[in-house]
Amino acid sequence: MSNEPGIQRGDELLRVEKLSKSFMIGGGLFRKPVELKALQDISFSVRAGETLGIVGESGCGKSTLGRCILQLIRAEEGQVLWLGRDLGKLAGEDLRLLRGDLQVIFQDPLASLNPRMTVGEIIAEPLRALRPDLDAAERRERVLSMMSGMGLRPEMINRYPHEFSGGQAQRIGIARALITGPKLIVCDEPVSALDVSIQAQILNLLSEIRDRMGLTLIFISHNLSVVRHVSDRILVLYLGRIVELADSDALYDSPQHPYTRALLTAVPVPDPKKARQRNIDGLTGEIPSPINQPSGCTFRTRCRFAEDRCGKVRPALETLPDGRLVACHRWRELELAGGA
Amino acid sequence: MLTDRRIGNLAHPAPAPIEEASAPEKGRSLWMDAARRFRRNRAALVSLAMLILIVLFTFVGPLLARWDIETIDWTVVGSVLTKGMPSFETGHYFGTDEVGRDLYSRVIQGTQVSLTVGIVGSVIAVIVGTFYGAVAGYFGGRLDSVMMRFVDILYSIPYMFILILLLIIFGRSFIMLFVGIGLISWLGMARVVRGQTMALKNREFVEAAIAGGAKPLTVVFRHIVPNLLGVVAVYATLLIPEMILLESFISFLGLGVQEPNTSLGALISEGAQTMQYGTIWQLAFPLIFFVLLLFSFFFVGDGLRDALDPKDR
Repeated sequence: MSNEPGIQRGDELLRVEKLSKSFMIGGGLFRKPVELKALQDISFSVRAGETLGIVGESGCGKSTLGRCILQLIRAEEGQVLWLGRDLGKLAGEDLRLLRGDLQVIFQDPLASLNPRMTVGEIIAEPLRALRPDLDAAERRERVLSMMSGMGLRPEMINRYPHEFSGGQAQRIGIARALITGPKLIVCDEPVSALDVSIQAQILNLLSEIRDRMGLTLIFISHNLSVVRHVSDRILVLYLGRIVELADSDALYDSPQHPYTRALLTAVPVPDPKKARQRNIDGLTGEIPSPINQPSGCTFRTRCRFAEDRCGKVRPALETLPDGRLVACHRWRELELAGGA
Repeated sequence: MLTDRRIGNLAHPAPAPIEEASAPEKGRSLWMDAARRFRRNRAALVSLAMLILIVLFTFVGPLLARWDIETIDWTVVGSVLTKGMPSFETGHYFGTDEVGRDLYSRVIQGTQVSLTVGIVGSVIAVIVGTFYGAVAGYFGGRLDSVMMRFVDILYSIPYMFILILLLIIFGRSFIMLFVGIGLISWLGMARVVRGQTMALKNREFVEAAIAGGAKPLTVVFRHIVPNLLGVVAVYATLLIPEMILLESFISFLGLGVQEPNTSLGALISEGAQTMQYGTIWQLAFPLIFFVLLLFSFFFVGDGLRDALDPKDR
């Protein structure tokens, strides 16, 4: 279950370079398909032991990014480097054998479990595929110990997914992701389909496992408070582009990009006095269609601070003195204006 | 009123779950759920019983027969209308046909042939169609296009014409009949399975299986096919009567199985020709078996569909 001896905490595990992915939508015999740019020019890296949060509104490409990392969807441009190897160039067996290192937890726990298989079969499935050296008894042994680690009773092993609640189903999903002893787990909105009371349980379970096994997580969510709870660094996506990437605390204390500010304003604050003191930067309008994106800065249509050049030139991703990345023409002025 | 009911519900809470034993409990699989729903469907149950009775009859019936399918009873020849009636004395329980052969034995044999044709057609459809459709649907792209265009081409050929040609060129035999029916029966199944596979392959549990390192064919046969079997079972059950109808039509045209063997379609054809002479039993008995068989299969298929896919009701 432990990391390979070669990998130290803080080493670069995963590096995403200029990743772009677009989907062709519609189209027929006489109609041209339209291009939906789901991800554009995404670059970041993940170090061993850290948790990277990815946030954004629905449709911004969060899940696509997660699936591209796992090669469940193949990106057409850019690279996904796993310990220096380009996963996009691997195919067939080479890629399959690496899958034990990169696992995934899905949003809808029930939909991610095969309804015709028992819990024991579901959790044992990755072992079956990737550890042919284990016989059935050893597999069962590992499944049972993993189940008890997830708070699932051993007598549930022959039950079917539809007999479980959402929270229990997600525990099964987590058990399946952990059984091969992965190094990185992509959590694709792992709690957003669960009841609020269960969300906390699952989040605590995830943090506990991460600390105990020294896992690296990529945590995708649209819920900023959930992401803050678990992440070391946070990447904010808007219409398939990175708008801000910063340490978790820095991002929350002094968001630089107007979009990040707007998102933070949308997080409910329990104290009404504090809530009143906050700047009202709330988002207005709908997220533009990713098929027909605004020119220049894609956020300008909803940005309070937009000016002429925002429509003409797309802001580059700048590195700030404290190491964070922001894609905005006006971050300096906004900072002076007392955004923080 | 509303509050009353709520209080009533509180007073009688749902029965508490049975104490969990420490031994692994048996899960309730979706198949067991479906079986439970099927048992509640009376029409389907009666039809299933009817089917079982008919099948049993085709095995037990010959033991009671006093005549075989080809021996001609010379005492009735020439006066079938008066002497060839259904009667226990002569041993012709269902009467005789126009040339004096025992209709009881012939109906049993015809039922067996029709059932075999239907089941063989359906089994071929299940095996070939499921495999073909699942592979085409899962791998998609060019492979899918090529495989499905092939199906389209086969579909566009007037199969009755081909079947008749086959039977004329290679002679009328069981083998040729099965080959002909096998050639066409799987086409519809392949399309149905392909469509279902394409819907299933984007489900998260399939992605999870891929992420878990399952090989492509493992994904198809362990994760996709088991989830298709409900649709396949329904379609296969409904395909049996279709195949029986097809065979009957061919036999009605005078092709199909060869004398002295017979099938329900051939018997109905003969019965229809002699109906005008008043020997109505020659039409009635095969027709009753034919109709019962078809109705039973359709009701069972309907019941299966309702049981396996409760959302569609």
